[in-house]
Amino acid sequence: MQKSFLLYFLITITGIVFIGRLFQLQMINSKNYNPIHNAAVKVVYDYPERGYVYDRNGKLLVANQLSYDVMVQPDQVKPLDTLELCSLLKIDKKSFLKSFKKAERYARYLPSVFLKQLAKEDFAFLQEKLHKYTGFYIQKRIIRDYPVPGAANVLGYIGEVNEQKARNNDYYQQGELEGKDGIERQYEEVLRGRKGKKYLNRNRFNKVIGSFKNGTFDTLPENGKDLVLTLDIELQMYAQNLMKGKRGGIVAIEPATGEILALVTAPSYDPNMLVGRKRSPNSYKLFNLDSIEKPTFDRGLLAAYPPGSPFKMMNALIGLQENVINKNTTFRCYEGYRYGNRPNEFMGCHCGIYNKPIALKTAIAKSCNSYFSNTYKKIVEKEKNSTEGLNNWNKHVRSFGLGNYLGYDLPAGSPGLIPDGKYYDNRYKYTWNANTNISNAIGQGEVLTTPIQLANFTAAIANKGNYITPHIVKKVDSKLIDEPNFTIPKQTTIDKNNFSPVIEAMHEVFKTGTGKFSQVKGIEICGKTGTAENFIFKDGVKEQLEDHSILVAFAPKNNPKIALAVFVENGGYGSTIAAPISSLIIEKYIKGTISAQNKYREKSILEKNLDHIYDKQISKKETIATGTK
Amino acid sequence: MRQEQNNIFANIDWFMVFLFLILISFGWVNIYAASTSEEHRSLFDFTTKYGKQLLWIMLCFPLSIIILFFNSKFYEQYASLLYLLSLLSLFLLFPFGKEINGAKSWFNFGAMSLQPSEFVKAFTALAIAKLLSDRQYNFKLIKNQIKAFIIVFFPAFLVFLQPDAGSALIYVSFFFVLHREGLTLNYIILGVFIITLFITTIYFGFKIVLLYSFILLTLLTIYFIYKGGVRFLRFNWLKIIGIYFLLGIFISGTGFIYENTLPSHQKDRFDILLGKKIDHKGIGYNSYQSELTISSGGFTGKGFLNGDLTQGDFVPEQHTDYIFSTVGEEWGFLGSSFVILLFMALLYRIIYQAEKHPNKFGRIYGYSLASILFFHVIVNIGMVIGLLPTVGIPLPFFSYGGSSLWGFTTLLFIFIRLDAHKNYDF
Repeated sequence: MQKSFLLYFLITITGIVFIGRLFQLQMINSKNYNPIHNAAVKVVYDYPERGYVYDRNGKLLVANQLSYDVMVQPDQVKPLDTLELCSLLKIDKKSFLKSFKKAERYARYLPSVFLKQLAKEDFAFLQEKLHKYTGFYIQKRIIRDYPVPGAANVLGYIGEVNEQKARNNDYYQQGELEGKDGIERQYEEVLRGRKGKKYLNRNRFNKVIGSFKNGTFDTLPENGKDLVLTLDIELQMYAQNLMKGKRGGIVAIEPATGEILALVTAPSYDPNMLVGRKRSPNSYKLFNLDSIEKPTFDRGLLAAYPPGSPFKMMNALIGLQENVINKNTTFRCYEGYRYGNRPNEFMGCHCGIYNKPIALKTAIAKSCNSYFSNTYKKIVEKEKNSTEGLNNWNKHVRSFGLGNYLGYDLPAGSPGLIPDGKYYDNRYKYTWNANTNISNAIGQGEVLTTPIQLANFTAAIANKGNYITPHIVKKVDSKLIDEPNFTIPKQTTIDKNNFSPVIEAMHEVFKTGTGKFSQVKGIEICGKTGTAENFIFKDGVKEQLEDHSILVAFAPKNNPKIALAVFVENGGYGSTIAAPISSLIIEKYIKGTISAQNKYREKSILEKNLDHIYDKQISKKETIATGTK
Repeated sequence: MRQEQNNIFANIDWFMVFLFLILISFGWVNIYAASTSEEHRSLFDFTTKYGKQLLWIMLCFPLSIIILFFNSKFYEQYASLLYLLSLLSLFLLFPFGKEINGAKSWFNFGAMSLQPSEFVKAFTALAIAKLLSDRQYNFKLIKNQIKAFIIVFFPAFLVFLQPDAGSALIYVSFFFVLHREGLTLNYIILGVFIITLFITTIYFGFKIVLLYSFILLTLLTIYFIYKGGVRFLRFNWLKIIGIYFLLGIFISGTGFIYENTLPSHQKDRFDILLGKKIDHKGIGYNSYQSELTISSGGFTGKGFLNGDLTQGDFVPEQHTDYIFSTVGEEWGFLGSSFVILLFMALLYRIIYQAEKHPNKFGRIYGYSLASILFFHVIVNIGMVIGLLPTVGIPLPFFSYGGSSLWGFTTLLFIFIRLDAHKNYDF
């Protein structure tokens, strides 16, 4: 008997452990299971209406409409006449089987979406016929409706939660919708509200026999909250029209509040393209096929370009703050600036005032490269070595929100790039000085900014030294937002009195300088044109393209109402295209209409099409147009 | 030696038969509950699961009579042949087998399928009994130990290749038999130690386990040096370094294999059981629903056919591997404890009779039977009540399926035959 002890012992122990575990499960835990996980309890969701979105003047931008989905729960499906059902649903057998497999793969015991967003006329018809096919049923759902066919980049879109998220997230079930981009994504929890839940008891044949525990667990839906945006949709649509046929971004901000008045990216798309049954082919077209124009890429927020000449104001402000120049300091321009001894180490200048002393005001108005190269050199050389000098410069630039994510309430962003001492230490192993990166003086070289950063920079100049982080939402549920980030001004490192000479000079730009052909009578515009060189590698050869056309401006000079940055890819000089666009936007916003004498300007911009320039960048156009390789 | 009586029912252990009958009938009642639906009401509707199972059960009676009909010497004499034939059937699966749920473990005979691995267990038990009961056989010799291992290993390996890891795992139960016949317990202790190390490694991550086991080992070494002095070190330093080395390789190897090469579905099963991952919708659905179903039964259960979770078909595979959850829901704590007690009684009885058996062959066979049943019960019920990872093996006499029912019936009735014969064996 001795030797059989082990097995006796193990059997006894196992028996005790199992009965103990059963005791734990059936006597102790028996009541504390979450009803949602009890499969005999069916959860029915009551979807609240998603919040509406209005522009700053109360114009409706996003509303809701009803849509009907066909749902399937695979384990309940009985053998059926597939062909008949296919013809009812107007799909072919292949896609029927594909959808069914997908639903089975997700979970045989849970419902999943079989066919999305039926047409309204199909719904009534199907409602009649579908009850015959157990396991299939129709679910009502609310989808978005966009009365205004614009601002898609701001509004974003809603889409189905992905499978991974539906699995891991407590709130979402497969097939439900959530905000995927823009404010729909950023303000998802505000807009969606909270769905209500009803727990129903099912009997052994899966029929609902009443509410679970008299509805003690049930919750009521909580409606989504409405949003009022800071956007002026009229201005937005106007700016979008001006950008037709061009690529680039426009960001307009109200300087005093940091409210974004317009956020344009071109090319863009109609938000209604991502609603309804056309959604799949459309989204494939928008997101996958068009990798050249990238309509879903928000250039206003994401495209980091070299800022070009507007960055000269930055160097002027830092020079004034660091006392390496004052408003009367003069430098001479020798048709450019020589930063080394070799023949090619020379930066040309087109200011037109050569070999004569130039003061700050003229230097900004005429966009003199030499003046700011000298200023930048003095800033960097002020400290005991270049690294520290550049770090000091970097600190000033960053205080304007450049070189980092701005912190606005939209989900897309790019930090841009503002180099510091360490950046060049790593690159040049400590053998560098101000002349090595003299391009930073004129906003070329390593410096990269996004249009919204530039617009914010302009707003900070308009405010003489402070800015409120740009934001897109003004009111949530008719209450003004109170987040400190969007209500309390941020101070830059530049003193208030140093802004006056720069603002005067910016005013001069539109009076006599590079922007003089874009004046608007009765509005004192302060601005700065810019032209940024850029290159591509086409078939492996570096090729210079048409310059990017840039302009930053605010108006009016006293008590500014609007600050903006306009960026047109490959638009040429800042004064030829970005300047008229911004003057039109300013006029439209401040006066409401374009005066007769400026109609010619509006017409020429609307007609301007840069496609022939963009086409040159593609080496074999026909292969891309058809999407084949 | 006296002649065996002609009456095949003479000296049969009716208590065992009685337990067997209770188990299969209660099993069927639960299969009925788990697979009944609105449309089918006739008990003898052979298109339903319960109808088919009823047919299998009825066919068990001629099967058991045929088994009892043979002389017990027959089983001893032909053990090797039966074993080889059963191995052959496993081989034939590779070209002729039918694939169900990803495993090629079935022969298809038109209306029905047969799973040979369910029968191979019985014949392996016979073969082991035959080998170990040989008078020439000395289990102390390593050579003989290896022979026994090979007999167990071959069918396990073939089943594993199907691939049916769950059924292959069952062959571990033969360790109990080998232990009973003199295999030192060290093997089992080593096995338990390795399993513990394995589980702690995947639970805590190999770095932590490695650190702690090294600390423990170092403390142990210091203790032994303190006690045994330098002499201890002089004679054992190679062993100590070897242990460090093996432990290090095993723990980090386990960690590596678990993280990198284990198929993700098996990894998930471990993770869910150890509470590293919570997933009530996907992989963990079965286990969670079955635990929920059992616990909803409460003390007395909801009553026959009144278990709404069972009736709603919420537990997947409920009529086969998860049949115990039906017992839990509809018969409550009382019913499910009763089933466990029934199995315990059957196992006690088998061991008791095996120990009493004067013939070594009968004893070893009985022991194998007890070990196999015990292993099935522990793995299956352990899985259903959420104590062990998901391994798809049936609950003996309970789960739906002709092959497994007949396999266990064959196993049991061969023993009943041997047992009945014991008084004539001298």
